[in-house]
Amino acid sequence: MSILVDDDTRVVVQGITGGEGSFHTEQMMEYGTNVVAGAVPGKGGQEVKGVPVYDTVHDAVSEEDADASVIFVPPAFAADAMFEALDTSLDLVVAITEGVPTQDMAKVYRRLNETDTHLIGPNCPGIITPGEAKLGILPGNIFSDGNVGLVSRSGTLTYQVVDNLTQRGIGQTTAIGIGGDPIIGTSFVDALELFEADTETEAVVMCGEIGGEDEEQAAKFIAENMDTPVAGFIAGRTAPPGKRMGHAGAIVSGSGTGTAESKIEALNDAGTPVGDTPEEVADHIEHFLS
Amino acid sequence: MRLHEYQAKDVFADAGIPVPDSRLASSVDEVVAAVEDIGFPAAIKAQVHVGGRGKAGGIKIATSEEEAREYADDILGMDLKGYTVDRVLVEAGVDFEDELYVGVTMDRGEGRPVAMVSEKGGVNIEEVAAEEPEAIAREHIDPAFGMHPYQARKAVYGAGIDRDIARQVSSILTTLYDLWEDKDASDAEINPLMVTSDREVIAADAVLNVDDDALFRHPDLAEMEDEAAGDELEAKANKYGFDYVRLSGNVGIIGNGAGLVMTTLDLVDYYGGEPANFLDIGGGAKAERVTNALDMVFSDPNVDSVVFNIFGGITRGDEVAKGINEALEAFDEIPKPVVVRLAGTNAKEGMEILNTELVQVEETLEDAVQRAVENAKEVSQ
Repeated sequence: MSILVDDDTRVVVQGITGGEGSFHTEQMMEYGTNVVAGAVPGKGGQEVKGVPVYDTVHDAVSEEDADASVIFVPPAFAADAMFEALDTSLDLVVAITEGVPTQDMAKVYRRLNETDTHLIGPNCPGIITPGEAKLGILPGNIFSDGNVGLVSRSGTLTYQVVDNLTQRGIGQTTAIGIGGDPIIGTSFVDALELFEADTETEAVVMCGEIGGEDEEQAAKFIAENMDTPVAGFIAGRTAPPGKRMGHAGAIVSGSGTGTAESKIEALNDAGTPVGDTPEEVADHIEHFLS
Repeated sequence: MRLHEYQAKDVFADAGIPVPDSRLASSVDEVVAAVEDIGFPAAIKAQVHVGGRGKAGGIKIATSEEEAREYADDILGMDLKGYTVDRVLVEAGVDFEDELYVGVTMDRGEGRPVAMVSEKGGVNIEEVAAEEPEAIAREHIDPAFGMHPYQARKAVYGAGIDRDIARQVSSILTTLYDLWEDKDASDAEINPLMVTSDREVIAADAVLNVDDDALFRHPDLAEMEDEAAGDELEAKANKYGFDYVRLSGNVGIIGNGAGLVMTTLDLVDYYGGEPANFLDIGGGAKAERVTNALDMVFSDPNVDSVVFNIFGGITRGDEVAKGINEALEAFDEIPKPVVVRLAGTNAKEGMEILNTELVQVEETLEDAVQRAVENAKEVSQ
């Protein structure tokens, strides 16, 4: 079992003719993802890696019966690409693009709330259901299928924690990188809700970081709504206030909210253990499963 | 990107927000010439990117030419929380009765902008927000429509602003929102918005922070970026295009991906060391970028040891290894011990080409960090 994607998911790649788009289309297809179309304005009629390209997402969806899209479009055009995807009846849109202006995302987020689509990202590695499909840039070889769900704000930290799990023989149902930007489509709470409803997911790893209050909201959700055990990790304990640490969202405000301490405390209060190291997170998961 | 007060005030004034008459000056003589133009009292304000300038001695009010000369001499060249003051804004002093606050920012929790108004301006607004949140009226804005005039009025009346100036404050708030949107700002604030004895309002300070990710749409604002205003190493990192933050410890850290680099910092701290920096080489880094990253970290005199932590997704381990080799082979003697941990895409190929005579290799993140912390302790002894 899995959430959001499986081997039936039919994927459109927006920006398939670009360097990243074509490279990762090939990688996704090698992994087994059912990539059925590309969408690039002005490039309709071409083929990339054997996949037909359409001028609009609408055409791609109606001609190839797609139900998901993955976006590899430069930041200046990414919001428009997300609007276009949301204007079709796709179940899932994954925006990989890094550096989308925050005000653009506020408008996309506003539109998203009028639809039934799940948007993951932007500025994220994507989503993978090991052994079935991946939408995004995650390195497939470190994942293995199993019964642990994973949701994370950081791409490479996802890989690190998955590696810690896989090395111990603990596989994953689905792993989602939700992205580290201030405004994103799918939040921790959205992902946790999906994992809670998935009968195969027996434990969840949640990797957060400094900035914002999404982890605190997640803690509240875990305490009130979840039977599936969750283990956490929070990056940025040593970050100085007022400095942006790479991710647009990873900045500690001066007023004490959004700090690693406040997030760890909220999670602990919700009964969610937080590892000091990725290895400790795997210890907690191992304990839950035993 | 944060604009200086004088830059933000130019932007605000262009949009129609009233600001005091002012001149920028970078020498005592220029300050004296400016006060002759503007008259007394005149505020002399350090133009550096730090908060709390007034308390730190960076803002003084001169009532005579002698005072102007004396204060200019005090402030120009002073060290303000690590920044050297090389420019001051000389500004007409405002005879005020009240100090208000107006601001627009992104409420990331709500995913939409929020406009704020308070009677309690002129002080640290974060403290007001924490201690008496009811003193700040907030109005969330639908980004699809922008701010409706009624919303500005609602916030202004909600904050208990006097009726005789409510119209002026509403108009300034509407202008501030439009400007915030137009400039792709993350924050636009006026604190204090002064109310004069003639019941006019005027922006005595101006804060404008612009979303770095949107600068491509604003070449005019991008040009205002003041590279000299930061740390020397941070300026260098900017040139190389790295996400870099300088810290106070002695373990240099290089990695890929913000979350993983932050985690590496945290583990250095966890194992008893102190991080010297945050340096994210980003995704898909090629050899040259890796060489530049090592150059960055080695040029920090505080660094006693270096840990390289790469988990490849887009980034390929063999490219990284090539970069490390190239960077280190240029030295007769490696300046500081380097520990490397490579995992993920092409990590195996990377490990095979890595010159292990120049670096120490560890397989896990935990081992790599512990070794780097030990190295730092040995070197600093």
